[in-house]
Amino acid sequence: MAAVTAPPPAAAEPTEPTAARPPTAYKKWGRESWKLRAPLLPALIFLIVVTQLPFVATLVMSFMSWSAQPDAPERSFAGFDNFKTVFTTPAYRTAVLNTIEMTVVVVGVSALLALGIALLLNHAFIGRGLVRTMMIAPFLIVPIAAAVFWGNGILMTGFGLVDGVLGQLGVPDAQNIAFLTDHPKLAIEIELIWQWTPFMMLILLAGLQSQDPEVLEAASIDGCNGWQTFVHMTLPHVRRYLELSIVLGTIFIVQNFDSVLGMTGGLNSTNVPFAVYETFYSAKDYGVASALGVVVVIGSLIVATFALRVVSSLLEEES
Amino acid sequence: MRTWNRRRVAKIVIPLAAWLIGIIFVIPILYMVLTSLHAPQDAQTYPPSWGAPLTLDNYAGLFSSANPITPALINSVITSMISTLLVLALAIPAAYALAIKPVRRWSDTMFFFLSTKMLPMVAGILPLYLFTTKVINMPDNVIILILIYTAMNLPIAVWMMRSFLVEVPTAIIEAASIDGASTFRILTRIVAPIAMPGVAATSLICFIFAWNEQLYAKVLTSVAAQTGPVYVNTLIQTEHAYLAELAAGATLISLPVLIAGFAAQDKLVQGLSLGAVK
Repeated sequence: MAAVTAPPPAAAEPTEPTAARPPTAYKKWGRESWKLRAPLLPALIFLIVVTQLPFVATLVMSFMSWSAQPDAPERSFAGFDNFKTVFTTPAYRTAVLNTIEMTVVVVGVSALLALGIALLLNHAFIGRGLVRTMMIAPFLIVPIAAAVFWGNGILMTGFGLVDGVLGQLGVPDAQNIAFLTDHPKLAIEIELIWQWTPFMMLILLAGLQSQDPEVLEAASIDGCNGWQTFVHMTLPHVRRYLELSIVLGTIFIVQNFDSVLGMTGGLNSTNVPFAVYETFYSAKDYGVASALGVVVVIGSLIVATFALRVVSSLLEEES
Repeated sequence: MRTWNRRRVAKIVIPLAAWLIGIIFVIPILYMVLTSLHAPQDAQTYPPSWGAPLTLDNYAGLFSSANPITPALINSVITSMISTLLVLALAIPAAYALAIKPVRRWSDTMFFFLSTKMLPMVAGILPLYLFTTKVINMPDNVIILILIYTAMNLPIAVWMMRSFLVEVPTAIIEAASIDGASTFRILTRIVAPIAMPGVAATSLICFIFAWNEQLYAKVLTSVAAQTGPVYVNTLIQTEHAYLAELAAGATLISLPVLIAGFAAQDKLVQGLSLGAVK
């Protein structure tokens, strides 16, 4: 398929992609490079149409007063009113803070746990394959299915697993412990850590297993103890895997919607994706929802700039 | 002597700790499966009725109820499979242009793909909702979901496919084409053996992410195009004992992902690391 859309004009393109070429070379081979670019275009155009155009529309709508409530006034230009609403309404500010808090806690704890577990699983022991399989399982449960079962089957007041087990262990009045209403953010964080630690662990374990065992052996022969080997050999080696898992984990957890909807329905635990959903789907305030969307995008761009720098080290290493 | 002792301790402590953590992580899933096998009145008691008789009635009920799970499962299979095929059709040529015959500034293009993934999906949901329901008037239609899932997975797929295609030895391809090998022969003999594991890993990841997606499915569908994740949410019916059936639904829609993920654990790792780990 690839060859049909891109006939290989062998000598035209330098083998070193980053090599600088004199500007005239571009003109000379202009047609050729369009042939090279052609296979890229369907994917680029599709992605721009489906993901970038909606962002542009969101940006336009964020400056409009637009509510779909039956008694709402006509659509009109609103200037920065929607952004003012976003920044002055305590509920939205809380949503932003909740998103930051949940992301930092979940990514931080998951990364540390994942590193520890990956180090354990990097040793040979009986049943290692089975333990690895067990560890992966949480990541393979459909997120909304996991969230509704954690909310209804595990942390639910009364018939949830945790209340039940605490009661059987003799904790008094355990059937009235209400995790979801008393500690909604913590409940969501625990569920997310449970689901995303396996993801990070898999990447870190693969990183550990790509380490040359001879290097470690040499270190131990040279008299390094376990801690020294870990700090000076293993940690630098897994660093980029750790960064990769943190970047990817952050991308997914910032966007988390399913755990909030499935576990608490947003009660004292609304994050930004959930606030956007509620503002546009329930409150039908399209202008404010769009402004909130724009704020999310700006926040994400800041995170992304940092994240892209991390990922670019992967590419540099390769080329 | 000291190191010998330490090794012996490690030989006991490491497996023990690993097993303990593995069991802790898998308990919620085992309890979900157990709950799904209990009768509704046994499933939500305080404390849990551990030894209650097991039954498959909840699973049977999902298929035979007035609001059966079957159409949602079919929708999930259709959207996940077709969007995965579309992703491959778009990503493989793109990855080819970024790896085998790299275009100028290929890394900028790579980062453009990745940056679209970093923008939260939720920021584009309102225009897509209004476009679907007001402009083209196609609410509750799987076609829209298929297109959105394709765009959602495309950046990951391009990154993964490129990481595989970049391993294709270009010098050998050039030599072969000078020797008069046909494009078809070059593709089947040189490119395919290296690309196929990448296609498999990419498909697995794209299928899982499309299968799991819930936000867009919830907003853009109501009944006809409802997918599995949206259906599971409708099982929360607090006016009667609902937990057993909810557990059965949650287990059932997770089964395809569990099976695919366990069967292809190494592919899963390749995919999750965007192909950085082989």
